[in-house]
Amino acid sequence: MTATSTTADAAPNEKSILQRLGRTARRQPLGVISGAMIVAMVFIAVFAPIIAPIDPLQINFADQLVGPTSTYLLGTDELGRDILSRLIYGSRTALLIGFVSAFVGAGIGLVLGVTSAYLGGLFDLLFQRVMDVFMAFPLIIMALAIVSVFGAGTGNVIIAITIPFIPKCARVVRSSALALRELPYIDAARASGFSHARIILVHMVPNVMAPFLIMVTSFVGQAILLEASLSYLGLGVQEPTAAWGLMLRGGAEQFFESAPWVAIFPGLAITLAVFAFNLFGDSLRDALDPKLRSI
Amino acid sequence: MQGFRAALAAAVGASAMLGAGVANADDKPIYGGEFTFVVPANAPPSFDAHRETTYAVIHPVRPFYSTLLRVNPENPGDPSDFVCDLCVGDVPEGTNDGKTYTFKLHEGVKFHDGAPLTSADIKASFDRIIFPPEGVSSARKSFYQMVDSIDTPDPATVVFNLKFASSAFIPALAAPYNFIYSKAKLDVDQHWYEKNILGSGPFIFKEYQPGAFMTGDKNPDYYLKGLPYLDKITAIFANKESVQVQALRGNRASAQFRGFPPKVRDDLVAALGDKVTVQETDWNCVLLATPNHDRPPFNDVRVRRALTLAVDRWGGSEYLSKIAIVKTVGGLVYPKHSLAATKDELEALDGYRPDLEASRAKARELLKEAGVDLSKTYIYNNRGVDQPYKVVGVWLIDQWRQIGLNFEQKVQPTGPFYATLRESRDFDVSADFNCQSIVNPPIDTSKYLSSDVNPANYSGIVDRKMDALYEAMLLEADPAKQRMKMREYEKYVLHDEVTQLITLWWYRTTVHRSHFKGWKVSPSHYLGQALDTVWLDPSVDK
Repeated sequence: MTATSTTADAAPNEKSILQRLGRTARRQPLGVISGAMIVAMVFIAVFAPIIAPIDPLQINFADQLVGPTSTYLLGTDELGRDILSRLIYGSRTALLIGFVSAFVGAGIGLVLGVTSAYLGGLFDLLFQRVMDVFMAFPLIIMALAIVSVFGAGTGNVIIAITIPFIPKCARVVRSSALALRELPYIDAARASGFSHARIILVHMVPNVMAPFLIMVTSFVGQAILLEASLSYLGLGVQEPTAAWGLMLRGGAEQFFESAPWVAIFPGLAITLAVFAFNLFGDSLRDALDPKLRSI
Repeated sequence: MQGFRAALAAAVGASAMLGAGVANADDKPIYGGEFTFVVPANAPPSFDAHRETTYAVIHPVRPFYSTLLRVNPENPGDPSDFVCDLCVGDVPEGTNDGKTYTFKLHEGVKFHDGAPLTSADIKASFDRIIFPPEGVSSARKSFYQMVDSIDTPDPATVVFNLKFASSAFIPALAAPYNFIYSKAKLDVDQHWYEKNILGSGPFIFKEYQPGAFMTGDKNPDYYLKGLPYLDKITAIFANKESVQVQALRGNRASAQFRGFPPKVRDDLVAALGDKVTVQETDWNCVLLATPNHDRPPFNDVRVRRALTLAVDRWGGSEYLSKIAIVKTVGGLVYPKHSLAATKDELEALDGYRPDLEASRAKARELLKEAGVDLSKTYIYNNRGVDQPYKVVGVWLIDQWRQIGLNFEQKVQPTGPFYATLRESRDFDVSADFNCQSIVNPPIDTSKYLSSDVNPANYSGIVDRKMDALYEAMLLEADPAKQRMKMREYEKYVLHDEVTQLITLWWYRTTVHRSHFKGWKVSPSHYLGQALDTVWLDPSVDK
C-alpha cells in the first residue's frame, strides 16, 4: 500500500477508482441495479409532493380498505388513506433517518476510530473497552433502550440509531488506521510540527475512506430496517406521519387476512430498500477492497 | 365477498342477540373446572384497588375480595340494579330523609386467613376510601362527598350517615373497587394491600408470577352458599392483542373481558363459529380531547370552540366503529342513561350540529379571529395504546387539519403519558378518558369539574360557575329537574366554554368461548368480575 497524502498522488488514484467502479459495474450488474434503485428512491423522496397522487394524510372513510384499483394503485388502509402515497412519503422518513443516522454515526465513529489508533496507549486501551461495552448490546436492544429513555419521535429515533453505529464504525476504522499510523508520511507530518487534529483529519481520515464508505452504505440499510422495527414496535415515528414500519402495525396486523395489501406493500418497500443498500455496499466493497479486486 | 360479510354480520348479530354462551333458564350451572382468562395488560400496577383505576387490577384480583354491594350479576346492564354482597337482604332504603343507610352483614364471614370479617373491617375499608389517611391515595374519594361518617353499632351492622340525601350514594357504594380489607392488616400498615392479597371473596389467592399469570382456588367457606361453581381460576397477562386472540382461538383461554375491535370479533366468529359467543353493549367509557388551558392559544375559548366544531362525530361514529372500539355519539352522560342528552339536544351544541361544513367554516373564522398561527405544529399528547387511543388520535388530527390546525402526536406509554398530564404539562391538547364502573352520571361527570376541585381534570381550568352548575345538578333530588340541570352543566362544558371535548363513547364487544357460561356483558369492563356465578360447560366443545 502507498500513502496517498500528496496532491500529486491523489489524481491518478481518483481516476483509477472511477475506472475500477466502471469495471465493477460491468462485472456486477446487481451493483448497478441496486445503485439505480437507491437513486430512484432518493428521487421519489425528494419529489414526493409531485409524485404522490393523493395527500398521504388524507382520511377518506368512504374508501376504507379498498383493494388496488385505478384510483388507488396499491389500495387503501383502514382509514381510507392511499397506500401508494404513504409509501412515497414514507421513503422520505426512511431515507432521512437512514442517511442522517448512518452518516452521523459513521462520521463520529470514523473520527473516534482514527483518533484512537493515532493516539494509541492508554487512551486507545480505555476507549476500546468503552466501545466493547457499547458493542456488547445488540443493535435493536441498544436502540430500544435509548428510545425508552428519550421517548419516541423522529429526532430521538435518529439518536437511537446513530449511537450504536458509532462503536461499530470506530472499531473497523481503527484497525485500518493502526497500519497508517506506522507509515513514514505520518512520522513526516509529526516532524513537520503539524497538530494532532491536522494529522488525524487531513492525513489519516482520507486514507480510511474505503472502509468508511462501505460501512456507511450498509448502515443506511440497517438504519432503515431499525427505523421500521422501532416504528413497528410503536417506538419510532408516530402516526399520522407516513413511515413504512408504522404502516405494518395497527391496521396491517388487524386486517392482514382480509386486506393483505395493507401489509404487503410496506413490507416490500422495506425489503427492497434494505436489499438495495446492502447490495450496493457489497458492490462498493468489491470495487474498493484491493484483496477482492485482485480475485 | 359482500355476501360473505353480510352472512358474517348476520351470524355475529344473531350470536350477540341470542347470547349462546349466556346463562338462560335452561342452563344449569355445573360445578368444577379451571377457568382461564386473558387480562390485556402486562401486570397490575399494585393490588390495592382503593387507589387504582384499571381493569388490570379488577380482572385478576376482584375474585379474591368481597364488596358491601355489587351490581346484580344476573342483570349487569341495568345501571340501577344492585344487590347485597356482604350485606344481607335487599339493598337498604335510606332513612332519616335519605341521610342514613343501615346495612346488616352476613354472619360467619371469614377472611382467607381464617380471621372473622366484621363491621369494623367494613368501616376501616370505607374510611380508607372516603377519608384516606395522609399518604394513602384514594382514587374515588370524590365520589363520597355526601358521606359524613360511618358507625358500627355492632359487629354485624354498618351505618352510613350522609350530609345530604343523594341518589349517587348507593351506586358509589357498589363500585367494584371497594374491596373489603382486614382492619387488623390496615392498622399495622395502610400500604400492606398494595403488595399483598387477602380477602374474603369466592376465590383464594394462590400464586402470582408478574407479567405471566395469577391463580386462585375455590373458597370452600364462601358466605354465598353454593358458590362459586369453579374450582380454580387463572388470569393470563397478555398485553398484545394478537396473543389474546390466539389464546382464545387455541382454546388456551376462555375469555377476555375488556373487549375487542369489530374486526377481531368477525375473525373469531368466522374461525370458531358457535364455539364463541359475542356479547356487545354501549360502554360507560368516553374518549376525551383535553385542551391545555394554561397554554396559548388553547386558553382562548374561540380556539377551543374551533377544535370541537371541526370534529365530525356523526361520521366518525359510522366509520370508526368498523375499526375501533368506539361508536356512540354522546355528551357528558353515558348515552343509555335517562340523564343523557337526546340527539336533538346534542345537535344544538357546537360540534354536534348536522351541518358539518357550516361548523368548519365557523371554526376557520374563529381561528382567524383569535389570530392563531396556522404554520405552527401543535402537540397532541396520546397514550401508547392502539384501541381506541391511537386510532381516534389519528382521526382527530385529520379533523383539525380540515380547519388548518396542524398537530403531531406525542405517543407515550401509560406512565409517561400521565406524567405529562399531571406534572410536566407539556401538551397543547391531550387524549384523556372518563371510564367508570357503575353508571352513575351525577358522580361520573365530576371528571369535568375545575382542576383544583378534581385533579383528574387535566385541562387546568378553574371555573367556579361551572362548579356551581355541577353542584346544583348533584344536589337536585327531582329526576326531571336534575336532568335539566345536567343539560345546563353539559352545555357550559361542551358548548359555552368547551373546557374539554367529548369525542365518541366506547362500544364494548366481548368474545368468549361458548363453554364459559353465566357471565353477562355490562356497560363497564370493571363490572361482573367476581366470577362466583360463572361456570364451564365442557359439553359445548364436543
